[in-house]
Amino acid sequence: MWYHKPVVNKELLQSLPNLRIVASSGVGIDHLDLNLLSSFGVKVSNTPFIVSTDTADLGMALMLASSRRLVEGHEMAVSPDTEYFPADWLGAEVSGATLGIVGMGTIGYKVAERAKAFEMKILYHNRSQRKKEEESAVGALYCKKIDDLLQQSDFVLLAVNLTPQTYKLIGKRELELMKPTATLINISRGLVVDQDALVEALQNKVIKAAALDVTYPEPLPRDHPLLKLKNVIITPHIGSATKKTRHIMMEEMTESIQAGLAGLPIPHEVL
Amino acid sequence: LSKKVQAIYLWWHKPVIDRELLQSLPNLKVIANSGAGMDHLDLKLVASFHVKMANAPRAVSSSTADAGMALLLASARRLVEVHHIAISSNMDYCEADILGVKVSGATLGIIGMGRIGYKIALRAKAFEMKILYHNRTRRKAQEEQAVGATYCEKIDSLLQQADFVMVVVSLTPQTHNLIGKRELELMKPTAALINISRGAVVDQEALVMALQTGVIGAAALDVTYPEPLPRLDHPLLKLKNVIITPHLGIKTDKTTYMITEEAVENILAALNGLPMPSEVLPS
Repeated sequence: MWYHKPVVNKELLQSLPNLRIVASSGVGIDHLDLNLLSSFGVKVSNTPFIVSTDTADLGMALMLASSRRLVEGHEMAVSPDTEYFPADWLGAEVSGATLGIVGMGTIGYKVAERAKAFEMKILYHNRSQRKKEEESAVGALYCKKIDDLLQQSDFVLLAVNLTPQTYKLIGKRELELMKPTATLINISRGLVVDQDALVEALQNKVIKAAALDVTYPEPLPRDHPLLKLKNVIITPHIGSATKKTRHIMMEEMTESIQAGLAGLPIPHEVL
Repeated sequence: LSKKVQAIYLWWHKPVIDRELLQSLPNLKVIANSGAGMDHLDLKLVASFHVKMANAPRAVSSSTADAGMALLLASARRLVEVHHIAISSNMDYCEADILGVKVSGATLGIIGMGRIGYKIALRAKAFEMKILYHNRTRRKAQEEQAVGATYCEKIDSLLQQADFVMVVVSLTPQTHNLIGKRELELMKPTAALINISRGAVVDQEALVMALQTGVIGAAALDVTYPEPLPRLDHPLLKLKNVIITPHLGIKTDKTTYMITEEAVENILAALNGLPMPSEVLPS
């Protein structure tokens, strides 16, 4: 299963009596009804860890591109109308700024490791606090209340998985708690953010900018306001889109399928 | 008015410092530059008028290193291309259009390991990159170890192994056209060239040729020669695998402030006859 296709519903499962396993690409399994699959005796696997570094890399790429206005800058540099580069054209500094990571799992932690090298101050919010040594290694401060993170961060990066608890985690209230100079970076799932509230917040300068690898739906309808805002960078869900990683994901999925068909323990089984 | 001028704070290469200007300002004591690069100044000419010069090397290092990393990541993950795909009215694209290169674990070759180059190494290390560097002189062992960098005495060795070649030297007669046809051909066909130094450090025509014929994979340039590039059909403006940014290496609110602080420190020191924190002497 790549990019959530085909849609796995009751109809499909009923029509495939000999289906033994669904191997899903990537780590997210929010698009699968695990109870339904289980009721049909179908096993599920994903590719959890191999995507982590590429996704963390992309989170950093989006933060840097947004703060330094890379896409806008490129457009200016190649535009036929540009005669000179204005002296007062400025971006925002990443080094030394405060990064708030919402969701400190494998991916969130890798983002923290990278951000530390940029001398960023790192705050994080997570269901549970990380061990002291893990926190010290990246200089991260735990924010038990998400409000504290939102109020202090220059960059808010979402790295949670999508669950009923994280659905619309970032809504109007959360966006209003953020600094007006802050940027929201989403590398988790579109539905973690109340998208309409985000559009409003961006249009009314409640926050400064957003960089989104994920939206709801994907892709967005072509007349969607997010596609037109100058202070938004959107990428087409490329968190794990590197040749090397895709190759390994394919290998892992094949391994899981072969094990599933042979009745052996399945690597990366999702229970 | 011209007799009153004792200091010039040079903002973005203006005013142009030539013999005429220097002759018209008899009491000029110091010129402070808003950045680290001094290649736009005739150092010997200025010194001959007994005018001191200063740059702002500390203020620029972090933001320029950040810009280098931003370009490296944007190039590797095809950020500009895929953003346009994401917002385009045409929704047709295939996997091949969006697949990028894995940065973590790749090899970064840094040419010029000064303040900025070293800050890049610090950042790249956190991405688990393997780091090679080429420099006029070798860094101390502890400095190398702190970032896991391997010295390449010959630039060829760096060029042959790197997945990303980052150019971070200052422009001098020795570094003019440092990266030419020969150097580009030594690079891997999958490698990307990132230039955050000066346009003239790269032989631009050779670069265009190399990109068009697949000799190297991509380029990301914060600097070109000239800036901006001429609009009429310059090939660099049209290549899909090239990102160009408008010399934004130091252009952040914070760094602009810090540059001005550093410039003012130097100006006050010069006017008070004290040692200047970042005086630049004609070599």
